[in-house]
Amino acid sequence: MTNAGTGTAVAVDAPAPAVRLPRRRGIELALIVVAVLLPVYGYCAVGLARTGAVPPGAVGYGAGLGVLALLAHLAVRLRAPYADPLLLPIGVLLNGIGLVLIYRLDLETPGDRAAPAQLVWSALGITLFAYVVAALRDHRVLQRYAYVCVAAALLLLTLPIFFPAVNGARIWIRIAGFSIQPGEFAKVLLAVFFAAYLAANRNALAYAGRRLWKLQLPTGRVLGPIVAIWLVSVGVLVLERDLGTSLLFFALFVVMLYVATGRSGWIAVGLLLATLGAVAVGRTEPHVAARIQDWLHPFASIEAGQGPNQLAQSLFAFAAGGVLGTGLGLGHSTLIGFATKSDFILATAGEELGLAGLSAIFLLYGLLVERGYRAGLALREPFGRLLAVGLASIVALQVFVIAGGVTGLIPLTGMAMPFLAQGGSSVVTNWAIVALLIRVSHSARKQYDGQVAP
Amino acid sequence: MTRHIRYAAAFCALLLAALLVNAARIQVVQAGAYDGNPANRRQDFARYGQPRGDILVGGRPVTGSKDTGEHLRYERTYAQGPLYAPVTGFSSQVYGTTFLEHAADGTLSGTDPMLSPFPLWNDLTRARSPGGDVVTTLDPAAQQAAFRALGNRRGAVAAIEPATGRILALVSTPSYDPGALSGNGPAVTRSWLGLNGDPNKPMLNRAVRQTYPPGSTFKVVTAAAALDAGVITSVDAPTRSPDPYTLPGTTTALRNGSGGCANASLRKAFERSCNTVFAKLGVDVGVTDMASTAHAFGFNDTDLRIPYSVAQSTFDTSVDRAQLALSSIGQYNTRATPLQMAMVSAAVANGGQVREPYLVERTTTARGATVSTAGATPARQAMYPSTAMRLRELMRDVVEHGTGVNAAIPGATVGGKTGTAQHGVDNSGTPYAWFVSWAQGDQDPEPKVAVAVVVEDAAAHRRDITGGGMAAPIARAVMRAVLGS
Repeated sequence: MTNAGTGTAVAVDAPAPAVRLPRRRGIELALIVVAVLLPVYGYCAVGLARTGAVPPGAVGYGAGLGVLALLAHLAVRLRAPYADPLLLPIGVLLNGIGLVLIYRLDLETPGDRAAPAQLVWSALGITLFAYVVAALRDHRVLQRYAYVCVAAALLLLTLPIFFPAVNGARIWIRIAGFSIQPGEFAKVLLAVFFAAYLAANRNALAYAGRRLWKLQLPTGRVLGPIVAIWLVSVGVLVLERDLGTSLLFFALFVVMLYVATGRSGWIAVGLLLATLGAVAVGRTEPHVAARIQDWLHPFASIEAGQGPNQLAQSLFAFAAGGVLGTGLGLGHSTLIGFATKSDFILATAGEELGLAGLSAIFLLYGLLVERGYRAGLALREPFGRLLAVGLASIVALQVFVIAGGVTGLIPLTGMAMPFLAQGGSSVVTNWAIVALLIRVSHSARKQYDGQVAP
Repeated sequence: MTRHIRYAAAFCALLLAALLVNAARIQVVQAGAYDGNPANRRQDFARYGQPRGDILVGGRPVTGSKDTGEHLRYERTYAQGPLYAPVTGFSSQVYGTTFLEHAADGTLSGTDPMLSPFPLWNDLTRARSPGGDVVTTLDPAAQQAAFRALGNRRGAVAAIEPATGRILALVSTPSYDPGALSGNGPAVTRSWLGLNGDPNKPMLNRAVRQTYPPGSTFKVVTAAAALDAGVITSVDAPTRSPDPYTLPGTTTALRNGSGGCANASLRKAFERSCNTVFAKLGVDVGVTDMASTAHAFGFNDTDLRIPYSVAQSTFDTSVDRAQLALSSIGQYNTRATPLQMAMVSAAVANGGQVREPYLVERTTTARGATVSTAGATPARQAMYPSTAMRLRELMRDVVEHGTGVNAAIPGATVGGKTGTAQHGVDNSGTPYAWFVSWAQGDQDPEPKVAVAVVVEDAAAHRRDITGGGMAAPIARAVMRAVLGS
């Protein structure tokens, strides 16, 4: 917060300022305590509502989440002391809310408990977080591994083709009883690659090449490779029928290209291509056409006498929540059926926490994104800036695509709500994103602390 | 680059705003429509998620709720199901609700906004108030007496308090246990199919939903019309009526069950239930005055509610003179519910005034605070008070030394009228035995109860079916119970 102003003052007035930026690790710790206590309170609320007693698991889940959060906090305190103090508590709180919601839904499906596995995956995610924060001394190191990242991303994306489809989408690989969605990891790797490539070639992208009306076209040599990689990724995803992720990749690419080049023409091109692509896919893929029909007429199946479909059930759940919600454990979002704990987890939040709780969750995501963007703004080197923008945009776009889908704002595409939804790959990936944002924000805030700016 | 990062951030903020606005649209603006969608099962979950309020008789609940622990959590129970079935109806998770369970559903299920001290707050929190109670006007002693007296015969009893219209008893036999329809399991389906297939129609509410030809009990109405219209000026003057009476415009001769009806006075004709005298009286009064008197008693009223709807009792107004003659002795198209005939009897007892009958004394919240009370309904004058006074005398004579001696109660003044209604093609059906009456204890300032009884007993020997023989003792049991309590 004391960034730009202090910075210029330092540059003009003194060669070696005696000012020290507040690190605010104490505030982070306090916020983490709150972020752990709120889900614990949630467990108690679920238990009291359902059985009239505090559930036996509350202590376990609460202690687990607390220990993990403290571990993460220690890593930040020791290795990234200047990092933004809001990022980690938001991650802990969202992860904790997700665990409560999944635990609560587990009560309705005694044969299929997902919360214990989710806690294990959260532990893995936070461990990865601590590892990244501790081991990655400087985010700029990643620039060197740009091509390794893109190779790994493409490999991960193509792997599921060789595994059987699950519910119509080939996006999982199953090894020894575990299923992993490699596409989740691929998005971070692709963001790193895009950031590195665009940072290295931004001048060439922006100023070389021919001019077409108002749009300055870059040369094919510069634009070619990145477009090719992006096309391959989206193509693979379309093959795998992971339309949500392909939409995410597309939007991520357009946003990063726009920020890197500063050419608003890219947005126009992006919108045009997106429209063309959407129409083409909508026409050819019956799966997508059905989704669009559902979106336009969510109650068509009711009028046809076939009962409400998933989207209609989801809308009923949100509506049932009203302003203040039914209270944790007291809703009926399990009527949605399949994917209640994953794609539709937000409906449970909407029903049981109401518009108030749902808005709070949206604002938490908004805050996370905003802190990411702020770190990007504060940095001075383009790779870090683009990386921060890319990672924050992933969160923003993903939240919009899935939340917009389950609330009927846009056609539904299957995707995991960051941190909330059941899904190991997703939780681990989101912790990696937060870890990278922590590193970037550490660099961003440290550069003004009397140190030499990078 | 900084500027473009800011623009990108603004774009993300726009996405967030879109999500928030859309969430508010669903959860606030359209929430009501989505909640009300019939495909949304939450209404059912909420409805059965809390115990239903109770229906009270004599201060004690005759209903209850059972926690099943299922999705549709609470099921209805009935303490004395068959006894009160014509009043409570059933509340079934599968087949809906009937009678009071239906008419007072808002109170019982907790959706009535009046139950909440802060209705707006309930709207905001989507909370449902706990189910409220419905306090009935029934007299448990009278109800039990009627049920016991009817026994295993097919029939119905309606008893009301003449001065107020409070319904004291409403019984229909054979009855059924509404509790058998409460839940949603296969047993409920079996009960439903069994009850609907039963030739005795146990779920038919004979007291208010079935109309019968009232037969001679309708002569009370005809007498009232004749006195009001001035066709009869003295109850003891001969009526210049032949026996047998040839229906006007036909060659059909109408006869009587007993003798002494030729030129009989109104008093004698009433006592002996002379068909000839009353048929001719109806014709003399004319269809207009007959119809208006019948209407004043409640006939041809399409929307009587107690609070559930009552079948319409009819007096046909498009009749020729022969049909009018038959209509005037409660045959042809004249039909009445037992409740309607109780109203006729009550009007005589109440100085000619008809009070709308009602079954709900008041409704309360779960904590007992009164939500609504039965307001005083305006009285309708069915006949002149002087006419009512004369009719009371005539009805008293019937019980004292006429066809209704079986209804007499020591220590009380009782008035009554018997009826044996023929029905079916060429009167082939087993006749219905009727009795309408009222009673006033010697210490009471005014009549306390008016009763109508109908018995349709296919098993009895045809000759034994008379209002005085079969129905009057049932009426006496009910009147005794009311006077004694």
